[in-house]
Amino acid sequence: MAKVLMKGNEAIGEAAIRAGCLNYFAYPITPQSEVAEYLAKRMPEVNGVFLQGESEVAVGYMIFGAAACGERVMTTSSSPGVSLMSEAISYIAGARCPAVFVNIVRGGPGLGGILPSQGDYFQATKGGGHGDYHLLVMAPDGVQEAVEMTMMAFPLAEKYRGPVMILGDGLIGQMMEPVEFPDNLYVPPSNKDDWATNGMDKRGSTKKNIVKSLYLDPKVLNQNNLTLKAQYDQMKREEIRFEAYNTDGDYQALIVSYGTMSRVCKTAIDNMKAQGLEIGMIRPKTLFPFPEKAIHDAASKESCKRVVSIEMSMGQMIEDVERSLKGKREVTWFGQCGGDIYTPEEVAEHIISLLKN
Amino acid sequence: MGKTFSRPEALSDNHTHYCPGCTHGIAHRLVAEVIDELGIRGRTVGIAPVGCAVMAYNYFSCDFQEAAHGRAPAMATGVKRVRPDLMVFTYQGDGDLASIGMGEIIHAANRGEKFTTIFINNAIYGMTGGQMAPTTMPGQRATTAPTGRNVEETGMPIRMCELLSTLATPGYIARQALLRPKYINKAKKAILQAFEYQMAKKCFSFVELVSTCPTNWGMTPLNSLKWAEDTLIPYYPLGEFKKPE
Repeated sequence: MAKVLMKGNEAIGEAAIRAGCLNYFAYPITPQSEVAEYLAKRMPEVNGVFLQGESEVAVGYMIFGAAACGERVMTTSSSPGVSLMSEAISYIAGARCPAVFVNIVRGGPGLGGILPSQGDYFQATKGGGHGDYHLLVMAPDGVQEAVEMTMMAFPLAEKYRGPVMILGDGLIGQMMEPVEFPDNLYVPPSNKDDWATNGMDKRGSTKKNIVKSLYLDPKVLNQNNLTLKAQYDQMKREEIRFEAYNTDGDYQALIVSYGTMSRVCKTAIDNMKAQGLEIGMIRPKTLFPFPEKAIHDAASKESCKRVVSIEMSMGQMIEDVERSLKGKREVTWFGQCGGDIYTPEEVAEHIISLLKN
Repeated sequence: MGKTFSRPEALSDNHTHYCPGCTHGIAHRLVAEVIDELGIRGRTVGIAPVGCAVMAYNYFSCDFQEAAHGRAPAMATGVKRVRPDLMVFTYQGDGDLASIGMGEIIHAANRGEKFTTIFINNAIYGMTGGQMAPTTMPGQRATTAPTGRNVEETGMPIRMCELLSTLATPGYIARQALLRPKYINKAKKAILQAFEYQMAKKCFSFVELVSTCPTNWGMTPLNSLKWAEDTLIPYYPLGEFKKPE
């Protein structure tokens, strides 16, 4: 298929349809409202469902209700909105339903700002809502990858029967890039008859299905949480995705960076290479599960003197990098999160100054 | 002679956990009878609330989802939008629907979502142990209003049927009671009517059922019925408040 020039937010909406998701509920919030505007036009063309809910709280439960019926369903929002949806996300995780949430992150805390940020790393990877659960979190570095990750999110949500999140900063949603919608990423929906509340007649059964997260018996609740843990452990074995950049040869420092920030870092790495300075990078594509081993191994290279976590936040991913390094190397943070994004020159300047010390 | 009275197919044979004298059992039965009479059990999805009826899915024999507190109308919206062929009902109490879930119920009603809400109004929080609800009567004691509801501080009880009836969107809005057989017969008719409107994809339908809570009211079941009749019915009048067309 030919490439088309699309805004990230619109491409995410189109990708959902290409992935077989014909159900979308959302509440407007900058900087991702274009997804809703795009799908308000597009869903009727494919006989899909578009509904603007009264709040992100309600939208979270519209997603839950639809997901509990076994239908592919998605919502998109941005940071404050995702905070409101986090209640529902916890219930969806507890009740084990597949659903896709997209967070086009803006600055926080509070109303923060509307410019790109990576300040929701903790919320996405460490919880957000209450209780023992995780989201499978994918972080695209551009419009093409946002499309591919959105398409992959639905079968992954079904494989693990849980919520999957696409975490893209505001720039991913707002920028326009050439994009191609791959056919080979379409996966037919899985059979959900053994758990979904899709109606007994529909599945030809006389047994009712119940979708719930309440387990008053401590042993049963513990068992449910062990089931969830087993899913997360399986994700750690099977779903870790990352990109290693300029790590084949020797390098003096290793950058860990994701999303928009990693694009800037790549340019900085290329520029430094032209000046004879080799810097490597590991770019996590999945933030949960986190590419711990890849980072540990890359940082362990003899030539690597420094490890830097470069983030559009006050240092959130750095905690996972530190954990990955297991004391092998020290990691330092470089970042800002008001909405300005470091230039390749600023990144290079920081790396060079680190190596001088 | 054949069997003349039996458990509706839409009810399971589980014993309920409801207190003696509680009217949830009657409400469950009426809904189940309607599901049986319409022959829709195989395509019905119930949405349980948070509150005493949180485990309603153990007592009905159709598919069920369990909502968070107050969010059942949003979940029902999700179900009905993606599967309009399913028959969907929410079953909610007064704390769930009229307090924390006020936003969800108003907007679902205003969108004219084609599902049915059964609203149990017993003027108190049951499961959490007798706290004040938006429907608690002036002067009525609750664990969080130990000297009785002070309307100067907490306002007057909310009348949901009247409030929802102000919406311009067509809907079926009715209030009946579970206090005596004659009321119960009317309640059954209202529930049937509500499900029929849903089946015809006509409108949002809402049936409030004035109910009792002997345990948290601190009364015998019989005194509860009398108190509800004397105190609740005058403030929460019975009847149909709105019909489509």
